[in-house]
Amino acid sequence: MPLPEPNTDVIQGTLDMLVLKTLSLAPLHGYGIARHIEQLSRGVFKVNPGSLLTSLNRLERAGWLDSEWRRTENARRAKFYSLTRAGRKRLERETTDWKRRVAAVGRLLEAKP
Amino acid sequence: MSLLRQLIRGVRTLVNRPAADREIADEVDHFLAEARADLESRGLAPGEARRQARLRFGDAVAVREQVRAYGWENRVESFVLDTRHAVRRLARSPGFTIVTVLTLALGMGAATAILSVVNAVLLRPLPYPQPENIVLIDDRAADSAPVDVTFGSFREIEERSRVLAAAAVSRPWQPTVTGEQEPERLDGLRVSARYFDVLGIPPEGPGFDRTDDRASGPAVVVLSSILWRQRFGADSAIVGRQIRLDEQLYTVVGVMPPDFEDVLLPSARVWSLLQYDATLPSHAGREWGHHLRMVGRMNAGANTAALRAELDAIAGQRVAGFDRPAWASLENGLLVRQLRDAVTGGVRPTLLAVLGAALVLLLIACVNVIHLQLANGSRRSAEFALRAALGAGAGRIVRQLVTETVLLTLMGGLAGFAVAALCVRALVALAPEGLPRIDSIGLDGASFAFALALASVVAICVGVAPARAARRSAGGGLRRESPRTTGGRHAVRRALVIAEIALALVLLVSAGLLLRSVQRIFAAPSGFDAAGVVVMQVQTSGRHLESDGARQAFFTRALAAVRATPGVEAAALTSQLPLSGEQDRYGVRLADAEEDPRLQDGGAFRYTVTPGYFDALGIPLRRGRLLDERDGPGAAPAVVVSESLARRAFGGRDPIGQRVHIGRTDLPAFTIVGVVGDVKQASLAAGPADAVYTTPAQMYVSDRALWLVVRVRGDAAALVPALRGAIRSVDPDQPIVRVAHMDRLVADSESQRRFALSAFQAFAGFALVLAVIGIFGVVSASVTDRTREIGVRTALGATRVRILGLVLGEGMGMAATGAVLGLAASLVVTRAVASLLFGVKPYDPVTYLAVGAVLAVAALVACCIPALRAVRVEPAVTLRSD
Repeated sequence: MPLPEPNTDVIQGTLDMLVLKTLSLAPLHGYGIARHIEQLSRGVFKVNPGSLLTSLNRLERAGWLDSEWRRTENARRAKFYSLTRAGRKRLERETTDWKRRVAAVGRLLEAKP
Repeated sequence: MSLLRQLIRGVRTLVNRPAADREIADEVDHFLAEARADLESRGLAPGEARRQARLRFGDAVAVREQVRAYGWENRVESFVLDTRHAVRRLARSPGFTIVTVLTLALGMGAATAILSVVNAVLLRPLPYPQPENIVLIDDRAADSAPVDVTFGSFREIEERSRVLAAAAVSRPWQPTVTGEQEPERLDGLRVSARYFDVLGIPPEGPGFDRTDDRASGPAVVVLSSILWRQRFGADSAIVGRQIRLDEQLYTVVGVMPPDFEDVLLPSARVWSLLQYDATLPSHAGREWGHHLRMVGRMNAGANTAALRAELDAIAGQRVAGFDRPAWASLENGLLVRQLRDAVTGGVRPTLLAVLGAALVLLLIACVNVIHLQLANGSRRSAEFALRAALGAGAGRIVRQLVTETVLLTLMGGLAGFAVAALCVRALVALAPEGLPRIDSIGLDGASFAFALALASVVAICVGVAPARAARRSAGGGLRRESPRTTGGRHAVRRALVIAEIALALVLLVSAGLLLRSVQRIFAAPSGFDAAGVVVMQVQTSGRHLESDGARQAFFTRALAAVRATPGVEAAALTSQLPLSGEQDRYGVRLADAEEDPRLQDGGAFRYTVTPGYFDALGIPLRRGRLLDERDGPGAAPAVVVSESLARRAFGGRDPIGQRVHIGRTDLPAFTIVGVVGDVKQASLAAGPADAVYTTPAQMYVSDRALWLVVRVRGDAAALVPALRGAIRSVDPDQPIVRVAHMDRLVADSESQRRFALSAFQAFAGFALVLAVIGIFGVVSASVTDRTREIGVRTALGATRVRILGLVLGEGMGMAATGAVLGLAASLVVTRAVASLLFGVKPYDPVTYLAVGAVLAVAALVACCIPALRAVRVEPAVTLRSD
């Protein structure tokens, strides 16, 4: 495993977007989402369960996720979340917003005197 | 969609919290289990994996708490919890709770009740369209007093005014309705045809026709909705039918709508046409008598200033075609008033004064409650500190306290509403005579909204101080109460009590001034002797008494029958009774006009009396002779005048033998034969009144109703049926109304002032009690806190007297400070009630001294028990227990 980069806490709004993106790939339970984010961000983002589960609760109440209790491969009961159609649309919008913001910040940072 | 989900999820959690918690716990546990499994799969031992997981992700309980905290349902739950806790806390100190709720209830209830009355009587616009355009127009006497208009003047104004869209006149009419049911005397008005046009509410039906408003026009009548329902069974075909009034057939031409209120006579049930002769045939007729009330509706967009200017121009400029006899010359101009002001203006000072008192009382109640809260809160400072130490944020504690305060205020408000309902009923029952718009007084939506707003403001004011104190103690941590902080806390409480005392003093001073005023008024001579006198008004109605001669004959025979009744010492008739609310005035002019032919005043009260009137009422003779049998038809017209009129018209000269015109100047003048003492007619507070007395035979005005004045021997109440019987024996159909003891009439004439006095006394008494309780509370607490100090002092040799002095000094010191502030405030505030005072200045020193003494005694009483407690402190015990 490559050396974990110094971690930064994920801000709430960004976490929501990352969760939606994660679930757009496949339905997962809470720890699965946390692991996915941690792995793909190479350890930059460490997600703590309190914020994650609260975020999942919020997203579900907003109508962007659905949840159901299922059995995992190792026969444990887990709450699986999946993206709704409204959630998919939301993800698109958030992604576009994010990319635009990143580009703008990038331009600002590249500015030469 | 999401809103629905939020709602459903929240509700589901609220309904079944344990299940929701379990679900969260399961999810968290699963997360942590997966984390552990993950770590184990990387090679860590199970124990180590568990430790690492806990380090990384935190404790399961903490995570659960964090997840659980999301959701609107948590706020609801904490609110419910706060409320439950507040209820339990309040129930645990019942004394504090009950006293607070009662205090708030009384303060808010009184204020709400009186504001409802003020709203209904003074603020609410009249129940007519564009009521601000309706005015009352009076003729004016030389002293600017309003005088009823004459029909002739009304015709001229109506014709010549452009600002008035419609004008009408009215006079009282009391017909007796007969028919299938019992005969019933009704209150009503005879009006000119456009009366309902002026008010703006037409009757249902054809209504009055202008062409019918002429001499010998058809007999038509409009009924009120109540009469139509009660007497005629809400007959839908009533219009066009004929009913019998005063033995005459009247055709019903309309019924007023159900919520119609005639503010000129709220008890009016029937309206008919005046049918005066518009050609104004002679000066001798009723067309030129001052007995009509005139109302007018201005054109849209006009205002009273424009109308006044126009009427001044009309009055000042005589034109051909409009006759004006000398006594209706409009030479003093006309008086224009908004109808609402004219109807309610008289009672405004009283109501506003009582409202002020109620608001002061409410202020005292709030101060008292804050005081109670502080006293209660200081006992709980340890509890707050403990809760803060256990993790409650200052905000949470304050929220708890606020919930308690809100609950208290809410209960106080609800109880206050009940109190207000009772108060309103009591106010209506005790209301001063003739309170206008009394029927529209009641607790309504507006009062409820006001009460709610009031409760909110009170809650904020009352809750602020204790909340701040709680936050302070919550932030300070557990701490022993040191004497220094005790002093600081006491300063606030002391200030509150001083404020209470000052406010209570204001109420006490006002009540005292009013009390002295009422005493002064009733001590001032009325000019007659009311003891043992019974009065009643005998009215004449019916065709057979239409002619002046028939009426006179009836009255003469009735008087004779009354005189013959055993137990009657003296009896007489008069056209006008002192202090009865009537003000029948005529202009008096000197006949032999060496100087100005008019007396420079408002005219004199005209009394048409039978000889014996002066004896019956005990009015003293000053010069000359009283009226007697000599003054009959054919003899020279004789008049007896009052002292003040004699003085004003003739100065030091002898008035006997001088001649005056009463009202009409075209008839022979009256010769003054005697002078009698002044009698109060309008009110006990009024100054000396000019009056003229003539006999019925010699007066050109024949009154339809006369007062019977009877001086009786023995029990007056028992004699009343006999007196009624005597009159009925002459003619059984004539109404006899307003039977009363003259004493009672005199007392009722000041009902407004007495009503204000009762209100102020009640409020002042309550305020004083609260102030005394306040003093007691602070001094008592101070003694408790200073027990150790007192013990030390006693041990060091302080005598009991000195200890007593210490405690009393504190209490009396507060009282003195409050008294000084209160007296200073009173000097300013009592100016507002100056219009209600009589014979006493707003800074009357006797009242202020008396109130100061009352307060001193009350403060002393309040300090007694704590002082005695202080004296009994045993130094050995207190020093040892430290």
